[in-house]
Amino acid sequence: MPRVSLASGFQAAVDGAVSVEIEAATIRELVRRLQEQYPKMTRHFDEGVAVSINGEIYRDIRDLNIPPDAEVFLLPRLQGG
Amino acid sequence: MAEQSYTEQEFKVVGSRVRRPDGVDKVTGRARYGADAFAPGQLVGRILRSPHAHAKIKKIDISRAEKMKGVKAVITCDDLPDLTGGRGPNFDILVNCMARGTALYHGHAVAAVAAVDEPTARKALKAIKVEYKALPHVTDVDAAMAEDAPIVQPGVEHDGKPSNIVNVSQFGHGDVDAGFAEADVIIEKSYRTEQTHQGYIEPHACLASVGPDGDGELWVTTQGHFTFRNVCAQLLGMDIAKLKVTSSEIGGGFGGKTHVWMEPVALALSRKANRPVKLVMGRDEVFMGSGPTCSTSMDVKIGAKRDGTITAGQATLRYQDGPFPGPWGMLGAMTSWACYDLPNVQAVAYDVLVNRPKVAAYRAPSAPMAAFAVESTMDLVAAEIGMDPVDFRLQNVAKEGSKAAYGPTYGPIGIEATLRAVKNHPHMKAKLGKNQGRGMACGFWFNFGGQTCTDLNIGVDGTVNLTMGTVDVGGARASMSLIAAEELGIPYEKVKCNVGDTSSLGHNDTTEGSRGTFSSGMATIFAARAAIDVLKARAALMWEIDVDDIEWKDGAAHAKGIEHSNLAPLTLAEIAKKSPQTGGPIAGHNEVVADGAGVSFASHICDVEVDPETGKTKILRYTVVQDAGKAIHPDYVEGQFQGAAAQGIGWALNEEYVYGEDGRLQNPSFLDYRIPVCSDLPFIDTEILEIPNPNHPYGIRGVGETSIVPPLAAIAGAVSNAVGVRLDHTPMSPPRVLKAIREANGR
Repeated sequence: MPRVSLASGFQAAVDGAVSVEIEAATIRELVRRLQEQYPKMTRHFDEGVAVSINGEIYRDIRDLNIPPDAEVFLLPRLQGG
Repeated sequence: MAEQSYTEQEFKVVGSRVRRPDGVDKVTGRARYGADAFAPGQLVGRILRSPHAHAKIKKIDISRAEKMKGVKAVITCDDLPDLTGGRGPNFDILVNCMARGTALYHGHAVAAVAAVDEPTARKALKAIKVEYKALPHVTDVDAAMAEDAPIVQPGVEHDGKPSNIVNVSQFGHGDVDAGFAEADVIIEKSYRTEQTHQGYIEPHACLASVGPDGDGELWVTTQGHFTFRNVCAQLLGMDIAKLKVTSSEIGGGFGGKTHVWMEPVALALSRKANRPVKLVMGRDEVFMGSGPTCSTSMDVKIGAKRDGTITAGQATLRYQDGPFPGPWGMLGAMTSWACYDLPNVQAVAYDVLVNRPKVAAYRAPSAPMAAFAVESTMDLVAAEIGMDPVDFRLQNVAKEGSKAAYGPTYGPIGIEATLRAVKNHPHMKAKLGKNQGRGMACGFWFNFGGQTCTDLNIGVDGTVNLTMGTVDVGGARASMSLIAAEELGIPYEKVKCNVGDTSSLGHNDTTEGSRGTFSSGMATIFAARAAIDVLKARAALMWEIDVDDIEWKDGAAHAKGIEHSNLAPLTLAEIAKKSPQTGGPIAGHNEVVADGAGVSFASHICDVEVDPETGKTKILRYTVVQDAGKAIHPDYVEGQFQGAAAQGIGWALNEEYVYGEDGRLQNPSFLDYRIPVCSDLPFIDTEILEIPNPNHPYGIRGVGETSIVPPLAAIAGAVSNAVGVRLDHTPMSPPRVLKAIREANGR
């Protein structure tokens, strides 16, 4: 079960936790289950959340498998110039 | 992701320095920029802007202007009703493009006109009477955080009280207090950077046309015409499919043209006038009404052992966002410590509202300021413990497996390679003269990919039209043509690449985040491979053999197997010529979400000479080392490195928004806001490292942004070493350098 770490801006939406355990095999499943368990995360996903898996940042891809024991980090969606 | 993974290969045309396809048009004046569009019956649009830094708009009387001969439309915020629900980024865009009850900064748009010509439009602006009630204002980030500061946006609260602090972000890990307790040396210093503009030469410009049926067209200089379409359609209540947006040739953007500024105003004027409206900002409007980056105030603290091991790093960053919230402080915090592997690290960022223009992205947004503070403090620690600054950085450098301060653990990264290249570069060993100094610094940027859609069409003569949806801001047409030629096995000159309008392709994300070559390169590869599948199928029909017996190499279909040895290869041109009889047009298409762009690092070296009498700094030598993954067109890659360094030099030495006590911008022109010119710059040397990105078939990484991150710190180090006193405030303009020298000398 991946332990999902969250950037500080998201922690209030998961009751102040720094990380949470979510059973998910893909990013899409992770996003869905996070919103089911923590409805306040929905606003953040609407505004944009990037998912880092083992150091690689994915802004949009959702159908990517999350390997067992992967490091998963939720980051704010990035903006560039 | 498998098909997106890197495959090592020998390139035939990728990596060559071919002639750029837009060169002739640009040097002969044929290239059509934002202001070059024309439509029959077009009107001239002009915007009335607030003379106040902060004011209640009590009344706007447009009646006189509306009655003037030649005036076809006058609009206020009433003509742009709120369709956004009153919150979120698009609501902020709406409020920014036309004030709604309150002018939030000097230059905030309050009304607009469309008239038959420029003089009439200007007279009409004068005929609009606006009754203001001036409000207290604040333009300085530290002053805006004070308890008694004027409140920029009512409703914003921090710690349960009205505030200008709109967001607080924190990143890091470990225990910084314990880390500092372990340190032999602790250096703590404060820094400031002033607000700068991207300084694109081409001002914002567009031609909008909305017909009586509600359908519209927009010709605009932009980095992201699909995003502009989506935003404008929402703000004006139009169907996305019924607004066609065409991106013009772009005269520089650097992030400033990722944002919608005045285009909804042009569309609203056109809708009201029932005529096309051209709206072009003057230079003063570009400065006052569009996209500067943040000014900042920062504190950085680093603790280290005498052997050079950093035990803790802590940064407090205060970024001003203008009057609307942005991610700018947060991005500063995320990038601040990204170059280093630190056991205990913390970055806290405050996004703060002030009465200045809405802040926009500027090339690796927010990273240069944070790097200025962190890298300058790194130099101070290295000096304190008597260590070479490159060696000190190498001892603490982030590597594969390092936990980044912003959260994730790094995969393969190139920061150490850039530092070793700097250490071994002849520049680092060159002798310096009197009043001269050398500095070096590192920089980081994330890079990203995103939604991309590309079409490749083969003509009956075997030439290829490639239509991409990412705006060409730095050589994408040449790079995509090289990639298509590489895949198809044909000469570069046989490919013509165009940027398609929003009605010709699926959505493409804005060209930002160094994504253009990474993402459109990926889509071009897959579109070409799809076209090759069609070409092979057509060859199979022509030969009347099974398509599985055909392979594509060197620009031709080859029949495999001894039973087909009598079949001479069919070239792409030969297959294309027969296409009308084998099924019609031959094309390849691809839509992709190109993620996995891979983070990027650069290290820079700078030599300066400072005149101790005047405080003027001359850049003597400058070297950029950056990882490109794979340089598709090395000239353009070097150009990105050089351009970013040049912008960083201007930021470091001269550029600054100057505000008066009245909160009005004092220098909205290139006469008073000094960007570097050729005579200010040496030839900027470059070294391209090619460490393939594992998540791109060609190994491409974005290159457009990272090299604006190190210059502020590298130049600050050089100037400080030249004058013997640490500079902690950009721009390091002559008066500021002289002041630092005099203060150091007790004068």
